[in-house]
Amino acid sequence: MTLYNRRRARNFVILALSLGATGLALLILFLILGTLLAEGVPALNLATFTQTTPPPGSQGGLANAIFGSVVMTIAATLVGTPVGILTGTFLSEYGRTGVLAEVTRFVNDILLSAPSIAIGLFVYVAIVVPMGHFSAWAGSIALAIIVIPVVVRTTEDMLNLVPAGLREAAFALGAPQWKVVVMVTYRAAIQGMLTGVMLAVARIAGETAPLLFTALNNQFGSTNMNAPMANLPVVIFQFAMSPYADWQRLAWGGALLITFTILILNIIARMLASWSGDTK
Amino acid sequence: MTIEVSPVQTPAHPPMPARAASLAQAPMVSASHTAERAVPQTKVAVKDLRFYYKNYEALKGINIDLYDRRVTAFIGPSGCGKSTLLRVLNRIYDLYPGQRATGQVLVDGHDILTPGQDLNLLRARIGMVFQKPTPFPMSIYDNIAFGIRLYEKLSAQDLDARVEQALRRAALWDEAKDKLKQSGLSLSGGQQQRLCIARAIAVKPEILLLDEPCSALDPLSTQRVEELIAELKSDYTIAIVTHNMQQAARSSDYCAFMYLGTLIEFDETERIFTHPKERQTEDYITGRFG
Repeated sequence: MTLYNRRRARNFVILALSLGATGLALLILFLILGTLLAEGVPALNLATFTQTTPPPGSQGGLANAIFGSVVMTIAATLVGTPVGILTGTFLSEYGRTGVLAEVTRFVNDILLSAPSIAIGLFVYVAIVVPMGHFSAWAGSIALAIIVIPVVVRTTEDMLNLVPAGLREAAFALGAPQWKVVVMVTYRAAIQGMLTGVMLAVARIAGETAPLLFTALNNQFGSTNMNAPMANLPVVIFQFAMSPYADWQRLAWGGALLITFTILILNIIARMLASWSGDTK
Repeated sequence: MTIEVSPVQTPAHPPMPARAASLAQAPMVSASHTAERAVPQTKVAVKDLRFYYKNYEALKGINIDLYDRRVTAFIGPSGCGKSTLLRVLNRIYDLYPGQRATGQVLVDGHDILTPGQDLNLLRARIGMVFQKPTPFPMSIYDNIAFGIRLYEKLSAQDLDARVEQALRRAALWDEAKDKLKQSGLSLSGGQQQRLCIARAIAVKPEILLLDEPCSALDPLSTQRVEELIAELKSDYTIAIVTHNMQQAARSSDYCAFMYLGTLIEFDETERIFTHPKERQTEDYITGRFG
């Protein structure tokens, strides 16, 4: 009985520690969200979405920064997703155990955990310096380099989850490999692959470091991809560090927008993932 | 690339209920024994077949003939090489590096183990149904049409007819005709397996390999599949792997007993189950080991 009681006591202690840790994590999360809401909501109004970033001391909004973030995120996703999906397909369906696949997998893992500022510096040296100026294209490319390893990894993982029997059944009908991949394996894994893309989008939506050296910022509304372009993370960085109260207020508003956009993207990714669970 | 396909649409055998009735009344040994007992022709000749998983020898020199339009059952304890043998016949093992076969497998006199063999064309001629139902994640209709579209260009009307024919032959039409657009995954396990059989016969293969097709099915679905096998053998050469002795006895014309990668005995099913020559065969079919 004493052994049983000791076991009960140990269980209680571990349970209390786990609950405490969970509580602490949730507390911090809600403190961040609470502060963001308290400071950011008063900063949001119609002008935030219609006017461009102002000089200190005058009225303005974040329209150019929101536009820039959306455009560069979309461009980066459009560039990075096909590369990532094709590479992931190679790793799962074609290479599997070959030397090329092993090396690719290793390099991809390094890229996955590479500091984003290093990626920003790389694009600065490789694209911004030769071109002679900052540009939205350079920013999109830097973000695309972050998208690729995330999509490669999720695509490979999701394709690996497709049972071998399904592929065998398709091959047994005499289907060539590309048809098996496109018409059967992709279909079985599509929700998981989309989830991976959504997570990649959520990841780059808030990235600051890769944009500092590439797209930089733009005080004015610009739709020219070949010129510096405003974007939310860099505007927040710049405005929050400034001594001007109205700039700081806009920075709070921008932070709130980004955080909730990422939250919504994550919820969509989760819904996609659970939807795939229903159909299997 | 196309495969020659006969335009026959009408099945040349009695409708299902009659078949089912005759099968139900039949004694335990093969129902078809009395009828159509012409001299069988060899469709597949396996000669000194050895198979390796890396360095492990899973088949140790198999020699066996599969006869045209007959059902050959493979029985034996787990791991004896029955499924491995089936997987050689359509070279599905080729998907995995480290698996290889030596010897000869002659299909209509042509060795399919030669390096130049076109695997896609081969597999279109030799259909396979697996132990676990594997419907593709697409509609019931597209599950069937997938294989047909690979090698034939048909009008929408002809394709509809082929899909219906395949589903009818697999005894799934009545259950599926109102939900052809629904996902194949929405069917029950037994229906899914019949869908897989319909998918395999829709491409009109010459040989049908069934790898424990009923092991995941309830008795009613099993009976349906066995009725189907009885019906299909008028057109196809069928090889079936099974752990179910009664199933082997009921639905096959020839029976092969395998043990530890070797073929112990191969004969007409009736003889295997009444007068086996080998002691091991007798022990296995009577349940004394296995």
